[in-house]
Amino acid sequence: MKSLCIIAIKEIQEGLRNRWVLATTLLLLALSLTLSFLGSAPTGNVGVRALDVVIVSLSSLSIFLLPLIALLISYDAIVGEVDRGTMLLLLSYPVARWQVLLGKFCGHLAILAFATILGYGATAAALALTGTPIGADSWMAFAQLIGSSILLGAVFVAIGYLVSAHVQDRGTAGGIAIGIWLLLVLLYDMAILGFLVVDQGRTLSADMLNVLLLLNPTDTYRMFNLAGSAGVSSLSGMAGIAEVQTLQPPVLLGMLAVWILLPLAAATTIFSRREL
Amino acid sequence: MNNTVEIDNVSKRYGRIEAVRSVSFSLPAGETVALVGHNGAGKTTLIKLMLGLIHPSEGMVKILGEHPAAGEFAARRRLGYLPENVSFNAALTGRELLAFYARLKGEAPAQAMALLDRVGLAAAAGRRVGTYSKGMRQRLGLAQALIGAPALLLLDEPTTGLDPALRQSFYEIVQELRDRGATVVLSSHALTELEERTDRVVIMNRGLMVANGSLDALRRIARLPTRIRLHLTGGRPAQMPGWLESAGTWHPVNGHVIELDALPEQKMDLLRQAIHADHALEDIEVVPPTLDELYAHFLRSQGDAR
Repeated sequence: MKSLCIIAIKEIQEGLRNRWVLATTLLLLALSLTLSFLGSAPTGNVGVRALDVVIVSLSSLSIFLLPLIALLISYDAIVGEVDRGTMLLLLSYPVARWQVLLGKFCGHLAILAFATILGYGATAAALALTGTPIGADSWMAFAQLIGSSILLGAVFVAIGYLVSAHVQDRGTAGGIAIGIWLLLVLLYDMAILGFLVVDQGRTLSADMLNVLLLLNPTDTYRMFNLAGSAGVSSLSGMAGIAEVQTLQPPVLLGMLAVWILLPLAAATTIFSRREL
Repeated sequence: MNNTVEIDNVSKRYGRIEAVRSVSFSLPAGETVALVGHNGAGKTTLIKLMLGLIHPSEGMVKILGEHPAAGEFAARRRLGYLPENVSFNAALTGRELLAFYARLKGEAPAQAMALLDRVGLAAAAGRRVGTYSKGMRQRLGLAQALIGAPALLLLDEPTTGLDPALRQSFYEIVQELRDRGATVVLSSHALTELEERTDRVVIMNRGLMVANGSLDALRRIARLPTRIRLHLTGGRPAQMPGWLESAGTWHPVNGHVIELDALPEQKMDLLRQAIHADHALEDIEVVPPTLDELYAHFLRSQGDAR
């Protein structure tokens, strides 16, 4: 446990030093501020609670951006250190390989969590400061947004490690990471949409659609945030779905947890067997 | 049973390549051992086996009473390792990195800082490792290997990139550790440098251990001739004395120096005769076979045996 913390702290230290923390935080901050202030301007007069609008914008932003950031941080974590030779030295110390991997995971997750909380939290604070009335359930939905965004980041950090533990070459790891991003964030949804349009509901039942959406962590995240609270779902155009949706938030969160634990366990196993 | 390292009939295969074949040796505490061999002879594989970074395909490796590849880590606390071409994360400073490694070994970071001074990096401790020269990285590598007064030091090509003064202080540190009872394994190409500093030499060739013993023992086995150089006053006589003719191989080096190759049992006899002979001797040099020559000899004899 102690070794795990030492490695996590070093990972954070490195993140601070090579400006990953700064870059990620600034990016999320800038985008979320832009989205919420430009995005809420036209709706301001209609009397919609602005924070709910922000949640819709931010969750769409997160689905694209957080997986990308998480994969960029993580794809290099193992193969890069093996490549540079630093892993050889690290593993000669009294530390198990699973401790190295989990330590790195904690460190990277801390960086992502910091950036998300600060970047998105600043937007909520800015809204509150400008005098926008925000209800308690909106605050709740916003907290859920931040929490699930961190979970989404963790999913892709774990997937990045799995790639990193498996391949022999940094370039390959980067390529596969981008491929995974494209597949899970863009292509998967397009394929489902396309199929739905062609199929016209003949073969694909609502249950099957639920299963398909659960199989993709980004869709799980989307359902959790956009259909999760009444105020948000009416804005996101997901109200129809929210009514028939049989998937409860705990199921969705559990699915995200599975998406973290499985790749992480697989990465640990592969890394433990890897010969240096 | 006071052996720091025990390697028993160990083989390691990578696919079809046999990196190490049936190697056995044990190293007692307090010995400095030179691990010698070409690139690809299996030195680094042996070191990785001792570290437990790879599993032996056959045989048993025991370090400080533990099996390192089986996930037993207590021994690693008392083990220092300097990899060949050591590298560090460039973003952190020398001080931060050393503190990190000290914490991992369960040592107080403050104590490890004295090591930076020891290897001459105190002035650069606050700089990022990315700005270090190769020699400085090597010194930082040495400093991290020395954390926590290790009982076993595995140093892979430790003196590459060090200037002569630092080499000297490096070997002083090694000497000091040995006096404390640490086993030091040095793998190197710089054979002449190792010669006076090792208690034992292990020669590897193509995965096989071809020799293992003290330098003297290896000299006895190899039966390589000792070179004796006679410096004569007043130039070489036209007629060589009779004892020299019977001594076997000799050849002139220049006008007043001749060189004899003496087998171990001949050596004392020849020296006695040279001193008692009537021509004037200015000086006698006796050069025993060097590690270089021994190394070449053992490689050759293994080649012949095939």
